[in-house]
Amino acid sequence: MRRRVIFDNKFLPYLLVAPQLAVTLVFFFWPAAQAIYWSFMLQDPFGLRTQFVWFENFTAVLTDPLYLGSARVTVLFSTAVTLLSMGAGLLFAAMADTRIRGARAYQTLMTWPYAVAPAVAAVLWLFIFHPTIGIFGRALLRIGIPWDYKLNGPQALVLVILAASWKQVSYNFLFFLAGLQSIPKSVIEAATLEAGPARRFRSIVFPLLSPTTFFLLVVNIVYAFFDTFGVIHALTGGGPAKATETLIYKVWTDGVINLDLGSSSAQSVILLIIVITLTALQFKYIEHKVHY
Amino acid sequence: MLRTFRFTGLAMLALVALVATALVPSPAAAQQKVQVDFWHGLTQPLGGILEQIVTDFNASQTKYQVNATFKGSYPETMVGAIAAFRAGNAPHIVQMFEVGTATMMAARGAIKPVYQLMQETGTPFDPKVYVPAIRGYYSTSDGRMMSMPFNSSTSITWYNWDAFKKAGLDPTRPPRTWKQTREAAKKIRETNAAACGITVGWPTWTQFEQFGAIHDVPLATRANGLDGMDAELRINSVLYLRHVQTLIDMQKEGSFKYGGRDNAAEALFPSGECAMVHTSSAFRARVMREAKFQWGTTYLPFYDDVPTAPRNSIIGGASFWVMTGPKRTAEEYKAVAEFFRYISQTDVQAKWHMDTGYLPITLAAYDKVKASGFYEKNPDMEIPYKELTLTEPTENSRGLRLGNMPEIRNIIQEELEKAFQGQEGAKQAMDNAVQRGNTVLRNFERANR
Repeated sequence: MRRRVIFDNKFLPYLLVAPQLAVTLVFFFWPAAQAIYWSFMLQDPFGLRTQFVWFENFTAVLTDPLYLGSARVTVLFSTAVTLLSMGAGLLFAAMADTRIRGARAYQTLMTWPYAVAPAVAAVLWLFIFHPTIGIFGRALLRIGIPWDYKLNGPQALVLVILAASWKQVSYNFLFFLAGLQSIPKSVIEAATLEAGPARRFRSIVFPLLSPTTFFLLVVNIVYAFFDTFGVIHALTGGGPAKATETLIYKVWTDGVINLDLGSSSAQSVILLIIVITLTALQFKYIEHKVHY
Repeated sequence: MLRTFRFTGLAMLALVALVATALVPSPAAAQQKVQVDFWHGLTQPLGGILEQIVTDFNASQTKYQVNATFKGSYPETMVGAIAAFRAGNAPHIVQMFEVGTATMMAARGAIKPVYQLMQETGTPFDPKVYVPAIRGYYSTSDGRMMSMPFNSSTSITWYNWDAFKKAGLDPTRPPRTWKQTREAAKKIRETNAAACGITVGWPTWTQFEQFGAIHDVPLATRANGLDGMDAELRINSVLYLRHVQTLIDMQKEGSFKYGGRDNAAEALFPSGECAMVHTSSAFRARVMREAKFQWGTTYLPFYDDVPTAPRNSIIGGASFWVMTGPKRTAEEYKAVAEFFRYISQTDVQAKWHMDTGYLPITLAAYDKVKASGFYEKNPDMEIPYKELTLTEPTENSRGLRLGNMPEIRNIIQEELEKAFQGQEGAKQAMDNAVQRGNTVLRNFERANR
């Protein structure tokens, strides 16, 4: 018999979920509704004069070649960050899962980068890769590579991708390690008789890891889209030209620096739609292929 | 049943605790003095020097008190003040960078112009005491002062004395024209006296805004926007294109190095990497602290075949704006006026100038510092003032007032970067900048009609 707690009071359940609901309404729905409202308005920064302009902000944004360029950068950036950080996380986890001396210490050390704030991480990378003061930046110059991420778009993009991925590797490592350790040893041992390590990984370990992989895929894409602002802001500020300006960075620039609330809100609404679509697609199509 | 009761009890307790914390009165005791909020965006050590002036003011007053708060960088302070205004809670005084001037001026209803503040409070006020090039930047075209100037700087050339000597150049005669600048930079590279000849801080400000003023060519129509919001950019005209091309050529031959946006390039000078830098005169504190070599300053260079050059440069820095709010009292405005009167005093201004490297904003403060013999010991401190007051300001050297100027500055920097990368030629880069910048100007005009 299962024991179930039944509330006699009809009012009580609502009271109990009220704090959660209040937080969701105040911090998620209300700002989202505001963004939708402002995306149809043309307004001066102080809010002294407001005009309703229908879909003008949206057409302006969507026909702007710079916005489309920024979308391209975002796709490139997010794909690279997701692949790189998940790939590295899986590799390290697979290595930590084998019997090695000092595995505990190794596992603990691997989680450290996750504790570093994005802006601090960016400053660390700056000190490594700065062409003038960075150890690695100077080394690159010495061996004849014209390293100057302040003026070389592709180099700047590579730098922010590396910095953003590095931060996320620990997180992926932790989840992959937990996933690996939950795979029954007996299955692996049985397979050892028939197949080498690479084959075992491909046919047994990786499919059994798929719930973890799927979860991490969603988390990493969301991370690459929304949580990498700090890294980009501290390292390149979206430049040179617009080589590292992602969609979220552009929302910030247009809203906070350029004080164009209408355009910034329209871009937020577009991002909202993109994320809803992405998440829905992921759950609809990819989740079918996941073995739980 | 018991379980249910416990849950309800807990929830009620939590609720009571919440309500109780909300109801506890904040410790704002009744204040005797009239309180005025002042938000500024100056980091240390400059912020501390400014706050000391506020402390001195408060000590001199029996009725008024100004509460200074650091609100982050200039853009952060601006956004903070705007958000506070929208919430009906704007500070009385906010420090705003010079490129925010058009935005503030267009915000009728959010600000109280300084000339009006002085009239209404009956405070004696003569705009003529301020240096014309500074006053003009913050006045309407018919000469009414909209904000109170305070920390003004201008852009000058900083050069590495030791590197000049090493390259066989005469450091007592630094380059005055662009031709000489280029030759000096090349020589520095050839002799390997430094890793780079010249770099520029605040690229838009030093290479476009100042450049236009010094050569008397318009950055935008309508007297650089001072005469109206319908101005259009003119930075794709012949002289600007020539200058961008010069910079591209110098970059190719290795004598010029692009050091990044805003003030990023400044770091290349005290480190000894670049032998020359064009940047703010307020760069002084940093050079004094970081440079391990002898250095000098001189005027920004000009093209000597341009008959209208050289003219006076223009200012940068920030001014103080008075903001309105639904709860303002006449007494509070009086306190603000009194504070403005205090900071414009000759002694306060002279000390601020000597402590920080910002310009003296009143004519009397300059005279006083000069009479004290300060410039004989610190000749570099007089260069900015002399450059700014070189000639009477013309239509093109009075200043500029373009809507959303921070955005336009970034657009120009982005297009410059594309030109330096070789993605675009000088002409295409500047045409793009004009087209993108004009879109920004038209949007601003529409939103502020």
